[in-house]
Amino acid sequence: MTTQATLDPEASSATPAAAVGKPRRSLKAQRAAKAKPERVNWSATTILVLCAITVLLPLYVTVSMAFKTQGQAVDGDAFSLPAPFSLEGFAEAWTLTNFPVGAAMSLLVTAGTVLATIVLAAFASYAIVRNWERRLFRYSFFYLLAAMFIPFPVVALPQIQLTGRFGLDNPLGVILLATMFQLSFSVLLFTAFLRSIPLELEESARIDGATTWQTFWKLIFPLLAPMSATVGIFAFLYAWNDFMMPSLIISDPALQTLPVRQSLFQTQFSNNYHVSFASYLMAMAPAIVAYLFTQRWVMAGVTQGAVKG
Amino acid sequence: MSITSTRPAQLRRRRPVEPVFYFFLLPSLVLFTLAITIPGIIGIFFSFTDSIGIGDWKFVGLTNYIAIFSDPAILQSYLFTFGFSVVTVLVVNVIAFLLAVGLTSRIRMKSALRTVFVIPMVVSGIIIAYVFNFLFSNALPTAGAASGIPWLETSLLANPDLAWVAIVLVTAWQAVPGSLLIYIAGLVAIPSDVYEAAEIDGASKLQQVLKITVPLVAGYMVINVILGFKGFLNAYDIIVGLTNGGPGTSTRSIAMTVITGFNGGDYAYQMANATIFFVVAILISLLQLSLTRGRNAL
Repeated sequence: MTTQATLDPEASSATPAAAVGKPRRSLKAQRAAKAKPERVNWSATTILVLCAITVLLPLYVTVSMAFKTQGQAVDGDAFSLPAPFSLEGFAEAWTLTNFPVGAAMSLLVTAGTVLATIVLAAFASYAIVRNWERRLFRYSFFYLLAAMFIPFPVVALPQIQLTGRFGLDNPLGVILLATMFQLSFSVLLFTAFLRSIPLELEESARIDGATTWQTFWKLIFPLLAPMSATVGIFAFLYAWNDFMMPSLIISDPALQTLPVRQSLFQTQFSNNYHVSFASYLMAMAPAIVAYLFTQRWVMAGVTQGAVKG
Repeated sequence: MSITSTRPAQLRRRRPVEPVFYFFLLPSLVLFTLAITIPGIIGIFFSFTDSIGIGDWKFVGLTNYIAIFSDPAILQSYLFTFGFSVVTVLVVNVIAFLLAVGLTSRIRMKSALRTVFVIPMVVSGIIIAYVFNFLFSNALPTAGAASGIPWLETSLLANPDLAWVAIVLVTAWQAVPGSLLIYIAGLVAIPSDVYEAAEIDGASKLQQVLKITVPLVAGYMVINVILGFKGFLNAYDIIVGLTNGGPGTSTRSIAMTVITGFNGGDYAYQMANATIFFVVAILISLLQLSLTRGRNAL
């Protein structure tokens, strides 16, 4: 919670960002800045802008390559702008990777993992915190936490075998495994937060005749919302972007998620750069757009998650 | 783990647990056991056999473990993974710390810059590795040939001695944002009057960073180093996208070696490898616990 509070005044001082679009105002701005009591550090600004360009360069190449024609993409300079703009790469990538099915699978895996992680972790955390004095619940906490010591590669081989044997070598199996690997971290966050909720709040709900089930959904779960956002963001980023787990668990290529489908361009069609980059862009864009709209939550969530976890 | 349940423990124990709490807890316990605990036990069990994943098998004792310690391919993967992780942790933390200092100073476009620096965190590792793969093996050599810079003309990824540098760069590109956000949280928590006092005493900007900033974010540095190191030891996606372990096997990580047991007929052998990796992961986590204990004040 402290991090969120400390981030807020920072974010509110960021109004000059509205003027980002006008690069040629430095002189005027410098004069304006001198009038103010706090001087703007222009050398730091310049260095950071240069660093930001290295972050944006690969993304720029992805976008510009995606809009090129085949001829431009193959012999042209990778850093040049597309001329003319062409959508042929997108059209071809759409059918080649079967984008609608891939996107549906990625959405299914991501939504399933996010929902399952939030609900299961919130359920378990509530039960653990409210029954901490009982051994079963206390030991369960440490048992669930133990997964933080077990990275996926350690148990991957038996998991591949078992999911294959029990018909879970599909997106459902990935949802199950991804949720279980997210569980320990999520339970840690939820339990830390639940311990700070005063018991009196719940007791007043109970006096009004609410059952534990009703108390959870009407009172506790809404109170957990900021933590659920953090847990959900981590689960989303993991499930949407992961390559290793779906590539090993999902056996039918027709059911693969978007990141795994991109390996197509490493083996076949490897010279159709405009197609591969259009495909990369279509797979990356949803997460980037989602981030741009929720960035304050993402930033606060990551800070909170790392500092607490 | 400070737990505040000392107060009514005696009173509450007499009350039976409401059944609904079992309903809350059991799904997680059962699924967790099925999805992680049982596969883990099966894996350790088969590491003492000669199983190839299907069909008959018999116990072979510690044979797999003994063979691993003299297997150059596995030793190389450990050496590579640990070396890569140490270098990447250093690179990521230096860059993230410096960026965080910059982003919390009096600069223009603060929030726009922060937005940009966090983008790599939300991008898929395998896809950005494919993009960088193209940059290293096509775009830069083409640009090098066009501008007559000879060392750019050969791909970094084709050089067995230097391909790891490309992996460090791309991994750092993606890992910096997470550490950056944690450092920013640490930096904004430092009260500004500390710096004002130092300035009155005549401390230079560099002295302020070294004598005030670094010690005061040390706790955040520990978090970043450990979280980063644990993550980098599992490196897989970015390496697959960049070099796929090559040239030769020079950049094959531990995770990649383990996965070869899936279709290489080495099932039991790689399970022994995974078990050793598991022990290593536990040792590092214990180190983490001993280092972060007492830092809960963060």
